[in-house]
Amino acid sequence: MPRTVLEPRFQVEHLSILDSDGNLDSSLDPEIPSAELKRLYRAMLLGRRLDERMIRLQRQGRIGTFAPIKGQEASQVGAAATLRRTDWMVPSFRETAAMLLRGWPIEKLLLLFAGYLEGGQPDESQNDLPITIPVATQLPHAVGLAYAAQYRGDDAVVMAFCGDGATSEGDFHEAVNFAGVWHVPAVFVVQNNQWAISVPLKKQTHSRTIAQKALAYGIPGLQVDGNDVLAVYAACHEAVERARGGDGPTLIECVTYRLGVHTTADDPTKYRTAEEVEAWERKDPLTRFTAYLKKKRLLEEGLEDEVDKEIAAAVQRFEALGAAEPLTMFEHVYAELPAHLKAQREQLAGALGNGATPPAGDDDQASPPMRGQRTTRR
Amino acid sequence: MAKLNMVKALNLALLQEMERDEDVLILGEDVGVDGGVFRVTEDLHRKFGSKRVIDSPLAEAAIIGAGVGMALYGLKPVCEIQFSGFAFQCFHQIENHVARYRMRSQGRFHVPMVIRMPYGGGVRALEHHSESEEQFYAHIPGLKMVIPSAPRNARALLVSAIRDPDPVIFFEHKGLYHAAKEDVPDEIETLPIGRAQVVREGRDLTLIAYGAMVRLAREAADTLAEEDGAECEVIDLLTVAPLDRDTLVASVQKTGRAVIVHEAPRSFGPGAEIATSIMDGAFLSLEAPIARVTSWDVPFPGFAREKGNVPDVARVLSAARATLEF
Repeated sequence: MPRTVLEPRFQVEHLSILDSDGNLDSSLDPEIPSAELKRLYRAMLLGRRLDERMIRLQRQGRIGTFAPIKGQEASQVGAAATLRRTDWMVPSFRETAAMLLRGWPIEKLLLLFAGYLEGGQPDESQNDLPITIPVATQLPHAVGLAYAAQYRGDDAVVMAFCGDGATSEGDFHEAVNFAGVWHVPAVFVVQNNQWAISVPLKKQTHSRTIAQKALAYGIPGLQVDGNDVLAVYAACHEAVERARGGDGPTLIECVTYRLGVHTTADDPTKYRTAEEVEAWERKDPLTRFTAYLKKKRLLEEGLEDEVDKEIAAAVQRFEALGAAEPLTMFEHVYAELPAHLKAQREQLAGALGNGATPPAGDDDQASPPMRGQRTTRR
Repeated sequence: MAKLNMVKALNLALLQEMERDEDVLILGEDVGVDGGVFRVTEDLHRKFGSKRVIDSPLAEAAIIGAGVGMALYGLKPVCEIQFSGFAFQCFHQIENHVARYRMRSQGRFHVPMVIRMPYGGGVRALEHHSESEEQFYAHIPGLKMVIPSAPRNARALLVSAIRDPDPVIFFEHKGLYHAAKEDVPDEIETLPIGRAQVVREGRDLTLIAYGAMVRLAREAADTLAEEDGAECEVIDLLTVAPLDRDTLVASVQKTGRAVIVHEAPRSFGPGAEIATSIMDGAFLSLEAPIARVTSWDVPFPGFAREKGNVPDVARVLSAARATLEF
């Protein structure tokens, strides 16, 4: 029996349109309308400025730990911008710029990282999921959403985000495999930012690219320069339209870099060099897009001030909100409050001096039997 | 009305709910063409097609994770995990997401899904095919944990679980699948989730059980009536969580004595919560310490030794007599 070649050689493409100085490869120009370019730029700038502001808020103790996005604005905004309002976005926890573009109010993002679940409540008209923290576990949800859209005959597309570390998780494999088998309208956007906290990509996978993992599942995979918003946009646009047209899922690897900390609790100087960070700073997605728009005379005067004012106003609204009411924690556990939670809620209300008197001890009974009130023989 | 075993009764529930509501679909390993390894989904694939009765790839986390996505979209997936012993490969999806989406999104989303799993021992099966793990799910806020004990209540509870707006973990005891046939009405029946049933009335002792242990409790009650002249009340929980504390407390206020029977290992098991709930609500009525008859705190010992592990009628009788004589 001979050894035969079952598959021709696989190819993995890399797409780059804007170089790090903002020069366009005109043969690949995705010809994005000016208004759309301005929208992308605004979201990237807002993402960057909010990130900086949130780090200050965190250092001041006004919000808790969060995952900054600095350096990844292009891969987030370029991807999310290709979705329609009625499409679904399934974020991990480092997609602030994409969420802003999709219409999440700034104060909700602040609330979320200040420990209020209200910040994770999407608007009724919005088909986006709140952030998911356990790595890669959101990816199967995207597949289920996409299956459901197809089942109902809707033309919605689902875009899910994850990072390079997530591609080592079982849920990544299971989700992309299911997506391939079910041929669902899903787009997986992997933000390969080179570091999963302290573990570099080369310790995460022996694959040369993450994009090539798609090929094993029988779906297209493409690598793009994730700091080039035009390349991300072009690749995701193609993938989203392929999905909408019934031609199945795609995996897109955005090669980018986390310029800042993993979260505000992290110190990257322990695991990576300043030279490495400086090298990536020279490829900053915002600098490059700014240079490109300047050449196209699309930069708007005073946009930075406008964005800062928008952030300041949102911070003010966020801080004007009163303290969290503890009793509301019982509201969204079940559709209806079961008896034991009703009793626990009353206990807390009593402990807070906020209405009902707490029952004696720590029991769940609203009115325990009186001492001496024996009800049986002996 | 037809005499059905539990497999056929569950199949009827699925069939009728799928006929009634196009949003109901089935997802799992071998649930389609094969009709499930226990045949609970038999013939549904032929009736409803492969888009609604989905033979998924072999991956528990994505079965539950995709189910979450479907439910978030508005569908009502009934996911089957082939054996409850394999559910640890999707436990993170259940704890991290199934149970929490309503809370995390502050009511914007909810996950109206059912996760069916065969559980339980006494069927001479291998490791991971014989355990009882209801305590893990009963402990998770946001989930409901339902365990039927017979064909008719299995059918009615599964219908209720499918219609429930919250996620329901639905355990089916393998030993009950073919154990008995029961009259099951043709018209759809439901049973309230979160409500226990007093299946035998008595004044001397309350025997509390669910799933396959209900048969043991009933047999022990018959023997105690015959041989000891003691009248036992038998409570079939049907829902482990949320626990129907009112029914338990009312019974023990009358009897003053309680024995809890479950197949899960003892420590930190459902019996601990049941006993504490009884103490909270009926402390001054208690005439004896509350007893637990359970599997021992050992990993599955292999089916050659299973009889020594899973509770039997003799152990229930001995605990009941000790409690009555205390």
